[in-house]
Amino acid sequence: MTGLNPTNEQRSSGAAASALAIELVGINKHFGPVHANKDIHLAVKRGTVHGIVGENGAGKSTLMSILYGFYTADSGTIHVDGVAHKITDSRHALALGIGMVHQHFMLVDNFTVLENVVLGAEDSALLTPTLNRARGHLKELARDYGLDIDPDAIVGNLSVGQQQRVEILKALYRGAETLILDEPTGVLTPAEADHLFRILGKLRAEGKTIILITHKLREIMAITDEVSVMRQGEMVATLETADTSPEHLAELMVGRRVLLRVEKGTANPGKVLLEVENLVVTDDFGTPRVKGVNFQVRAGEIVGIAGVAGNGQSELLESISGMRDQKSGTIRVHGNALKISGDDGADRARSAGLAHVPEDRLRMGLVTKFNAWENAILGYQDSYGQGPALDISAARDAAREYMKKFDVRPADLDLKTANFSGGNQQKLVLAREMERDPEVLVVGQPTRGVDIGAIEFIHNQIIKMRDAGKAILLVSVELDEIRSLSDRILVIFDGQIVGEADPATADETELGLRMTGSHADNVVTEPGILSEHETPTDQTLVEMSPKDNSGRDTN
Amino acid sequence: MTPLPRWADVVLLPFLNVALAFLIGGLIVLSVGQNPLQAVGIMLYGAFGYGSGFGYTLYYTTDFIFAGLAVSLAYHAGLFNIGPEGQAYVGGLGVILIGLALNGMHWALVFPLMIICGALFGAAWAFVPGYLQAKRGSHVVITTIMFNFIAVSMMGYIISRILKPEGVNSDESAPLDAITRVPQLRSFIELFKNSPVNLTFFLAIGALFLVYWLIWRTKFGYKVRTVGNNPVAARYAGISTQKTIMVIMALAGAFAAMVAVNNVGGVQGRLILNFVNGAGFVGIAVAFMGKGHPIGVGLSALLFGMLYQGGQELAFQMPGITREMIVTIQALVILFTGAMGDMMRGPLSRMFFQPDAPAGDK
Repeated sequence: MTGLNPTNEQRSSGAAASALAIELVGINKHFGPVHANKDIHLAVKRGTVHGIVGENGAGKSTLMSILYGFYTADSGTIHVDGVAHKITDSRHALALGIGMVHQHFMLVDNFTVLENVVLGAEDSALLTPTLNRARGHLKELARDYGLDIDPDAIVGNLSVGQQQRVEILKALYRGAETLILDEPTGVLTPAEADHLFRILGKLRAEGKTIILITHKLREIMAITDEVSVMRQGEMVATLETADTSPEHLAELMVGRRVLLRVEKGTANPGKVLLEVENLVVTDDFGTPRVKGVNFQVRAGEIVGIAGVAGNGQSELLESISGMRDQKSGTIRVHGNALKISGDDGADRARSAGLAHVPEDRLRMGLVTKFNAWENAILGYQDSYGQGPALDISAARDAAREYMKKFDVRPADLDLKTANFSGGNQQKLVLAREMERDPEVLVVGQPTRGVDIGAIEFIHNQIIKMRDAGKAILLVSVELDEIRSLSDRILVIFDGQIVGEADPATADETELGLRMTGSHADNVVTEPGILSEHETPTDQTLVEMSPKDNSGRDTN
Repeated sequence: MTPLPRWADVVLLPFLNVALAFLIGGLIVLSVGQNPLQAVGIMLYGAFGYGSGFGYTLYYTTDFIFAGLAVSLAYHAGLFNIGPEGQAYVGGLGVILIGLALNGMHWALVFPLMIICGALFGAAWAFVPGYLQAKRGSHVVITTIMFNFIAVSMMGYIISRILKPEGVNSDESAPLDAITRVPQLRSFIELFKNSPVNLTFFLAIGALFLVYWLIWRTKFGYKVRTVGNNPVAARYAGISTQKTIMVIMALAGAFAAMVAVNNVGGVQGRLILNFVNGAGFVGIAVAFMGKGHPIGVGLSALLFGMLYQGGQELAFQMPGITREMIVTIQALVILFTGAMGDMMRGPLSRMFFQPDAPAGDK
């Protein structure tokens, strides 16, 4: 999937004099003392998928915001189709054929797809003629790009992946020739991500230009033609995807060699520290999400739970850590059954020796308005000081030590937690949960939204804990992470453990099938709609994913 | 938007808001043909210029500090307590009951008991909305408003049907003996003659420190702030949101009830119909202008105390300016500091972060 196919070349040579859809020359942008973009040059060829990678804070989003007219550059020029433009706002960008699909969708939930698409592009006071025209136009777009979606569906009822398609339709409806996608797969299940990539492939084949911002190197390798790497505000390289490798890209992003594989010795499982028996958990609406789960985690082993997001992992984690009442079943830590009811169950779980790194650090694990030291004691506040007073100096001492040990930067106790990068926030949470020497550690999505450099560190810390004889339960939607960290893999599907696998010998295809509730012998593949870059496994993932994904909360 | 430097956020912004309110207020005064500068002069003199006026200012300030703290406390747990008015009113029942029971005893004994008893009544009154919010999900804004109305009717009944002695015409309880009442400062300090400011004022100052300690220096305060900022994180941390909400609402009610100690115990010496007279509602404005911080609450309570006392003086001295116009100016202050408190933030932020302007710390 690299290089241009003939159709694209014909289109681009016929369309305009320039083969470049977008060219940025010498872009500089300062925010106060921060130099967010340093003399950036970027050339994006028409009819290609161009990836932009970089760690959080490398300046990717700033650069795209300048292109899309959210910010004005301090200096530098933007060429669209070879002509220099001063892009003043996003309306102007749209007029030049640049559309953007944001990480967080900008849709009106209680409008239909059609209404969302025409919103802001109505061309008369009466809505009906616009809607009728749009309906026809949408039909064409759906046919051309495989963007099938019911124009009369209410957006709030659509799945996350479908909502993203509406965003793409919105941009195309406004005549976008160049599409910017900002971390588009962050909220998608693997199956939805595959669908998205098929759509992007079609768009490219029709001559559209796509700029893909991501930090997932696997996606870069899978779909892009060229890739640009940013580090600390600078553009460090632009490469043909075919000429590079994930290892090379990671090294460019971080500025040093990074181990993408985890190195660990063999596990020495000891006695059972965490025991889950016949656990049944419902979600906030009373729908059962965990349906009678049994497993054990021993001292000195990492047990990974693999599954497509929305199959009960979140509820399982929350229930074990005391954040969610269980319907029935028992959870034992160190042989003692936890009484987890009432809204302070997490406190009892902690006292029993169970620490919890939550899936969503911003929503659960941190109070973003608190200073770093205040978050360093969250959940353990009662152990700082005798009587009612909080021993602030003890808390600050602990926080200082955590931040030093886990290399949290900047090492500023009084900095508001919201102002730390994702990786550093995560390190703060991990330090808090690991440094109190718990017997059992429950970890959800340990490296979600974390820079590559920090991922390596976090993985090593988890391994270190295992080697110290702790029991670790790991949940992640990244199958690679589960496979490289776990000593045993449990596969969860529709709230039930459907299988166990040894990560050393497990076959990825087999795992993928089990995660979607099917077995190798009853799979029907439809080779007709396979696009080139996909393996048959990816295809089955799409076909077999659970249908009731819409209510799921992936974020 | 780029955040402002802290000093601009805490000092400059509120100052600009108040200045703007006075500017518009001045235009109103001008439009009825009066001299706004003279009006401001009379107002300031009335509030601070002489002993008795200053005493009244401090007396009102006392009320507003307690009501402001009652709103602030709940606000730190993410709750909007609209009920200090009713909580103070019911607190008055506690104050007068203990006062009448111990009538004739020395104030040094009765004063602490008035505080405790008033606090218990106020706390109980605020606990009910807290309980309904925590256990039943009934919104505390709605329930505290309803409880203000219920308090008015209930207290009206109790005062006029139960507490009112035989042969008294106005709706009020029997009076306390002079020795039992909370002593007024004029009996120690000559400056405050003819003014009602009493020992409760020092209780209010102490309350400011207590609230600071409670919110920022105790485990309970930490839990309250966690619940207020991120209830999911509270659940994650094993902090009971339900318990926290019920306790903080009861505490808020206890603080509101101190308004009754100031009025019933310190000034009237009896329980009068509708004695709270809007102080509880002013507390909402005070809390928001003070951003829930005790220093801010203290200062904005003083500002509103000044507006109250100075305003009355103004209405008395300049017949062209009516009571209603004073209320309008007070409303303007509330409007600019509360409802439109962030209006100046955008322009200020642009001023601070223009490339050629000296850059503030980010």
